[in-house]
Amino acid sequence: MGNVLTIILQRLALGFLTLLVVSVVIFVAVNLLPGDFAQSILGQGATPESVAAIRRDLGLDQPMVARYFSWLGGALQGDFGSSFAQASFANFTGSDSGAGSVAQQIAPRFANTMFLAAVSAAIAVPFALVLGVLAALYRNSIFDRATNIFTLSSISSPEFFLAYVLILFLAVLNPILPSVSNIFADMAFSDRLEKTLLPALTLTLVVTAHMMRMTRAAIINLLSSPYIEMARLKGMSPLRVIVHHALPNALAPIINVVAINLAYLITGVVVVEVVFVYPGIGQLFVDSVKFRDIPVVQACCLIFAAAYILLNLTADIMSILSNPRLRHPK
Amino acid sequence: MIWFAAALVSFAALAWGFRLAGQAATGRAPYFRDMTFGVAYGYIFAVAALAWLVWAYMQGRSPDPAVANKFFFLRIAVEGFVVFAIGAWLFRLLGRNVGTKGTKRLFRSMPLTASFGIMMILIYVFVAVFASFLAPYGQAEIIRGVAANIMPGGDIALGGNPDFPLGTDQIGRDILSRLIYGAQNTVGIAFATTVIAFMLGGSMGFLAATLGGWLDQLLSRIVDVLMAIPSLIFALLLMTIASVWAPRLGIPQTYFMILIIAVIDSTRVYRLSRAVGQSIVVMDYIEAAKLRGEGMGYLMFKEILPNATAPLLAEFGLRFCFVFLTIASLSFLGVGIQPPLADWGTMVRDLGGFVNFAQFAPMVATPPLLAAGAIALLAVAVNFVVDWMLHRSSGLKD
Repeated sequence: MGNVLTIILQRLALGFLTLLVVSVVIFVAVNLLPGDFAQSILGQGATPESVAAIRRDLGLDQPMVARYFSWLGGALQGDFGSSFAQASFANFTGSDSGAGSVAQQIAPRFANTMFLAAVSAAIAVPFALVLGVLAALYRNSIFDRATNIFTLSSISSPEFFLAYVLILFLAVLNPILPSVSNIFADMAFSDRLEKTLLPALTLTLVVTAHMMRMTRAAIINLLSSPYIEMARLKGMSPLRVIVHHALPNALAPIINVVAINLAYLITGVVVVEVVFVYPGIGQLFVDSVKFRDIPVVQACCLIFAAAYILLNLTADIMSILSNPRLRHPK
Repeated sequence: MIWFAAALVSFAALAWGFRLAGQAATGRAPYFRDMTFGVAYGYIFAVAALAWLVWAYMQGRSPDPAVANKFFFLRIAVEGFVVFAIGAWLFRLLGRNVGTKGTKRLFRSMPLTASFGIMMILIYVFVAVFASFLAPYGQAEIIRGVAANIMPGGDIALGGNPDFPLGTDQIGRDILSRLIYGAQNTVGIAFATTVIAFMLGGSMGFLAATLGGWLDQLLSRIVDVLMAIPSLIFALLLMTIASVWAPRLGIPQTYFMILIIAVIDSTRVYRLSRAVGQSIVVMDYIEAAKLRGEGMGYLMFKEILPNATAPLLAEFGLRFCFVFLTIASLSFLGVGIQPPLADWGTMVRDLGGFVNFAQFAPMVATPPLLAAGAIALLAVAVNFVVDWMLHRSSGLKD
């Protein structure tokens, strides 16, 4: 067990180191912008005195290393600075209502995005596992080939194509679900779910295909092993062989691919959120990219990267934990 | 919803009956005797789905426009599927009988999906190369004497114009022409980006594999960090910065996009070519070449590269798909290929709202779906071919 613990601690340390380096990359990338925040806020007609004043207020006259550490320190406490698109002047004029702070903007949207990702995952994971087991069970049949074609197509279609096709069939031609997800803070759960369902279905289509293919491949990989042969010779039904004997041993790669796809869900929401005008963090990110609202872009980027790294880290650790050879060393 | 559940339950009864009838009719032939309930259910389900599809297709051809409009897209999808399937079959037949011995043998073992993929790629290349001959108007040409916002469909009663089958956009450019030119721009830019990514990632990967040591460590750690950031997010962040720099430096934003995506994507190529290179570097013929005193360039491009072609080629297809979809997504989000270049992603964004009118005038909703479908179709085609290539090279039969 000590062996596994060391490996996991190593992975954790490596993950946090990566996160730290990524935050440096994001910070440096943003600082490649010509001019600085003060000039951007005040525009072209700014007097040198006012630029200098804002620079002093924001700490922009400090050296870059010091600014990085104060940004990182703030980010760790949930303070991402103030956005300069939304009500940012309120902060500088002294009436600090907090309305312009990046954290204030991100928090509710982050919750929305997590809700969307959770709903998609709740649909996609069971669906993908069942389909994967079925495809492995009836491999090389017409069913297997049809699912193969279907999943390959949905993996390679851009998200917005799937989104528009779903809108066309489920919202426009057969008005079952709303095509625009206007979500408010105080909404009944069922209402919220109904409005989230169409974007969630789009994401499900994208993610299920990949998970299902990996599940099928992982199970089929094991089917030539001697113990599967043994189970078959005992006269077990094919379904029982797969569910009882192959699936538990195929769990490691399956858990891995599920975690990776969840990471994809959190970052892949960007396009889907834009199509459905879903008020999530991806929509905010794209909007602030267009308005060059740098503090928000920086914060969203850091959050996305953190989610991505953490989920990949989880995938790593889970696959270590599910490996019996590592859990029970000789 | 209730009807759907009821249908699923009744299928179960039907499946049971189907198996029983099969057993009785064939005198317990092994096929029906050993059939599991799941298989029987699958058959019934497939038959029901096909029957529904046929019914929906007939609805799409009904004379009543209200009904026909509702099933218009399903009809087009079914017709498209059948036409493409027949096309792919004919194409494979052509390939089996025309060409050299090698290509004939290649086509003989080819699944229909792969021949569909190759056919589609050839069509896209043809359209991209001859776009200026195929398109009735220029891609940025604002047609004189013609109003903007002509509705697609060519139906004068609905505000269309038969001269512009897909209508004109908000400033009066022909949408059909822009769709055709989109093949040139979107596919061409994606191809160029992939080539740059391969040159960059491939040479760095081979270099790391041949030299090893601190250079390998340095490059690999840089790649680790770059790969830890989700690529679309990183591309969006860098495009924000590029969009500020581009006008100052006077360089079109599209060049920045090509460079940014090429660098982000070269990390994946680096990983693969380093891994492939490392397994080649330990071969005896590399040792021999080193002892002959060959230079680094010779080792990398004359000794390692020819032996790494097969995996790199399959990866090229996958990377192309990925780059193509990334560029389309960026354009859809409004920071990719910039106007006046016609591009499918941008067209989907600009025309996407028309999907909401599909119920009343289905033709109006087609341009955004055509543009998005064009992206999807090429990506699907490339993936089919890559899937087949991987299957062939791995020798997997299961």
